Amino acid sequence: MFTWTQHLADWMIYGFFGIEKGSKLGDALNFFVFDTIKIFILLFLVTMVMGTINSYFPIDKVRHFLTKRKWYGLDYFVASVFGTITPFCSCSSVPLFVGFVKGGIPLGVTLAFLISSPLVDAVSVAMFIGMFGWKVTIVYVVSGIIISMIAGFILSKMKLENLLTDWVKNILASKQSGIQDQMEVRQSFQKRLPIIFKEAMSIVKGVSLYIVIGIAIGGAMHGFIPTNFFEQYISADNPFAVPIAVLAGVPMYSNAAGVLPVMEVLVQKGIPIGTAIAFSMAVVGLSVPEALLLKKVMTTKMLFLFFGVVTACIIVSGYLFNLIL
Amino acid sequence: MKTIKVLGTGCSKCNVTYQNALEAVKRSGIEAEVSKIEDIMELMELNVLTTPVLMIDGVQYIKGRVADVKEIMDLIAK
Repeated sequence: MFTWTQHLADWMIYGFFGIEKGSKLGDALNFFVFDTIKIFILLFLVTMVMGTINSYFPIDKVRHFLTKRKWYGLDYFVASVFGTITPFCSCSSVPLFVGFVKGGIPLGVTLAFLISSPLVDAVSVAMFIGMFGWKVTIVYVVSGIIISMIAGFILSKMKLENLLTDWVKNILASKQSGIQDQMEVRQSFQKRLPIIFKEAMSIVKGVSLYIVIGIAIGGAMHGFIPTNFFEQYISADNPFAVPIAVLAGVPMYSNAAGVLPVMEVLVQKGIPIGTAIAFSMAVVGLSVPEALLLKKVMTTKMLFLFFGVVTACIIVSGYLFNLIL
Repeated sequence: MKTIKVLGTGCSKCNVTYQNALEAVKRSGIEAEVSKIEDIMELMELNVLTTPVLMIDGVQYIKGRVADVKEIMDLIAK
């Protein structure tokens, strides 16, 4: 699918600019051009596909779907899957959280949704396909869903309802059960398409700067750092590599767009792929700004438990990735 | 007289929507009052899940994304 992009990059760097093939600068620039074009194409395609699904399954529908019947544990799975296809701006996380719990969705299921939504989204899926290929992407998406389910389930067993902040408890106690779903506007696909397209473009635009910077750093490293350079420091058999990488990633705040191009190069230079994925998950899934927002609905203790459980799940999965990939 | 409300916790997307709503009212020349609702309790009562929401005369038309000027003009012209 992307052979032509490689030809284009070769022609541009080695032909048009006349930079010597095999030179460090040439390699770095070639990587930059090839990756940038490839990633933007993938990003556009994935955001269009996810936007289309999302247009037919907006968040109100997801909530309705989760509340209208008993799920006997399957709701963790449903919430995690919907989390992956439903994008929401982090400033929506408070209304979303309260809205879900108020609607009668169990706390653990709500948390599963809240974990999976940033962990697996259109941007990270597109980047993973572009940087690591289909197999790793599928492992990433499936494990993102499983991590969210397991973390949500563990948290539900901790009986955290008492650790919510007071105003949330009051809302839950007052149980005005009358959640009316606003009538849904039925629209043809032709009418939806321009909106989906506009949204996709705004997502692509929003992350484009991160991607370009990320790939530029990746490109420079690709050209100038010797292959297997990191292997001497971080090898797959170092038992502490995964937890250290994950703990370093949790407070960092970036999106997949900025992190993954650098990850791709780190993997090429000898960092085990499982460690790299676990690190990326920690960066993308958990962050300090998110914690500050959630502080409105969770007491500090609950927040620590929430972050702790998710971090532990990511660490475990990092070891598993290193085993199977 | 129409009432346009932008619901949201004060994020940048909410502000853009608010500005777009003001611009849409100005351009269309229709008499309308534009305001923001940022209080989380009020947002919960209105069942907001994703922000920003564009509400015109009590009906939530656009949820979870920025509505552009043209879109808002079409909605208030109805």
